[in-house]
Amino acid sequence: MSKGILYDATLCIGCKLCERACAERNGLPYDDSVGAEEVQSAHKLTVVMSSGDKFMRRLCMNCQDPTCASVCPVGAFRKTAEGPVTYDASRCIGCRYCMLACPFSVPKYEWDKALPLVRKCDMCADRVVKGQQTACAAACPTGATKFGDRDALIAEAQERIAKAPDQYVKHIYGQEEVGGTSVLLLSSIPFERFGYQTSLSSQSMPLLTYRVLSHIPNMISVGAVLLGGIWWITGRRAAVQAAENSPAKRAETGEGK
Amino acid sequence: MTRIKFTFWKVVLAILLLAGAYATVLRFVRGLGASTHLSDAFPWGVWIGFDVMCGVMLAAGGFTLTATVYIFHLEEFRPIVRPAILTAFLGYVLVVVALLFDLGRGYRIWHPLVMWNPRSVMFEVAWCVTLYTTVLAAEFAAVIFERLRLEKLLRIQHAVAVPLVILGVMLSTLHQSSLGSLYLIVPSKLHPFWYSPLLPVLFFVSAVCVGLAMTIFESCMSSRHFGKQLEMKLLVRLGRALLVGISVYTVLRFEDLYQRGALRLLSLRSYESNLLALEIVMGLLIPIVLLLIPRVRESAGGLYISSVLVALGFVTNRLNVAITGMEGSAGVRYFPKWTELAVTGSIIGVAFAIFALAVKYLPIFSPAEPSAAAPEPEAAELLHARS
Repeated sequence: MSKGILYDATLCIGCKLCERACAERNGLPYDDSVGAEEVQSAHKLTVVMSSGDKFMRRLCMNCQDPTCASVCPVGAFRKTAEGPVTYDASRCIGCRYCMLACPFSVPKYEWDKALPLVRKCDMCADRVVKGQQTACAAACPTGATKFGDRDALIAEAQERIAKAPDQYVKHIYGQEEVGGTSVLLLSSIPFERFGYQTSLSSQSMPLLTYRVLSHIPNMISVGAVLLGGIWWITGRRAAVQAAENSPAKRAETGEGK
Repeated sequence: MTRIKFTFWKVVLAILLLAGAYATVLRFVRGLGASTHLSDAFPWGVWIGFDVMCGVMLAAGGFTLTATVYIFHLEEFRPIVRPAILTAFLGYVLVVVALLFDLGRGYRIWHPLVMWNPRSVMFEVAWCVTLYTTVLAAEFAAVIFERLRLEKLLRIQHAVAVPLVILGVMLSTLHQSSLGSLYLIVPSKLHPFWYSPLLPVLFFVSAVCVGLAMTIFESCMSSRHFGKQLEMKLLVRLGRALLVGISVYTVLRFEDLYQRGALRLLSLRSYESNLLALEIVMGLLIPIVLLLIPRVRESAGGLYISSVLVALGFVTNRLNVAITGMEGSAGVRYFPKWTELAVTGSIIGVAFAIFALAVKYLPIFSPAEPSAAAPEPEAAELLHARS
């Protein structure tokens, strides 16, 4: 069963305990100055953003059909059956195509290291495999971040919106976006206010490149035959022309030129 | 030791290389963050946008010309095939060098060859570029074999020449277009002036155009600097092909912009629309007008200027795709740090220097009379390439 995270911003009190738990689980330093940063980075894999008295989390969405996994030339990213999208650092060559391609701009880079790696939230893959919830969900004191089966979480989110329609934006962010994500968001104010794009297609991104890549085998076979054919025909034409212009041929047809 | 003569260009090259060497130290000791203006918001800069995207495009003369001569049997173009292959080979080697700077872990550059992900455009590009560089090396080997009079190897090379060329053309078609396909995955990030489902087609057609333009440019440069006879008849024909090529591209481009409704955006003056206008006016409209005039099309000067404009126009296009078009969604302005420019400048400088040396010591322009006119390559001579 595919797991997921439901973050309900209306329950969030902005205590940032999820940030602290995340840093701890990933072996990253955390103090007040890190806590004050409102952008994701290689040393801060999740952030709680605030706008007035409203909050919103940002973490890897762990897409159902992840763009990063499709674009990575060495297949360092993998969507696990349990839901998390994992990153195998030993494969990474550092091309940073994942950073460019991710529709949520989640993967971040260790810019200040001589031998850098990509960092991103992997939905605590090791814990999830063991049947535990993610570190952030475990740390959340209000239940704003809730871990569970993705399908059940979607049903619950729909129920919450139905029960208090004036409290929520009528949209479960992540249910449809780019083919669905393991992380689902609920908010009382428009998602754009926190930099979330709501215009994303519900089609999974990797299809965009697959449509072209899938033609390659055809292109190779047709192309090779076509080029070979052109070579044969033009070569033959040149040979015929040369033969017709040769002195022997000219003597035969009695041309004096 | 012989005295080294300092010419203007040698001094420029020396300064570039010094700056490049210092930048290289910074890059590998202190990392990408300290040596570039790249950031999480803007992960690809000038090393990808120029060195890779433009480098591969500027080296397209190799497959364009080999196809013309070997596959289409237009034998009269044979005299300019070798310089085109040399440029392409140098171009690709230097693209790989640039990648070693840009990749966070360049020492793993071989990973895509053993860790496969066929769903990735980058994976396909990695394979194509690797294979095509090998093909170019094999094509260029003829020159070396000739110079060293290795008759047996030369015969083998001749026997496999056509299959090699076919392979090279296919690989080029694939990766030239795939450089465009790389950006198909960012519909919400790349500005509508440049994001298009047609990107692979546009990248391929522009590569052919630039291949032709660069061949004209090289021939003109070579005649000026190496005292080589200008093959005017050939250049005029290349000029005509170039006119057809950029016209096809222009039609494709405007049709695409119109159908996606992006043409309307052009009337709103913006940072992006100015750079789009630059790309279209400089690389397409002016050269089309110039090449339509017979007197211009048939003069060395006219062809030279037209081909330079086309090349610069398409360089602008690639930079627009890779940099300008991505700035809006990233919310930052990117301008390369001096270190990035120093590395790129050094790479270009090295390319010119190697080309000059190769022309001097290898039968590049005169395959008919191998090594008759070429002087012996003594170590001291190598030092002062040209006096």
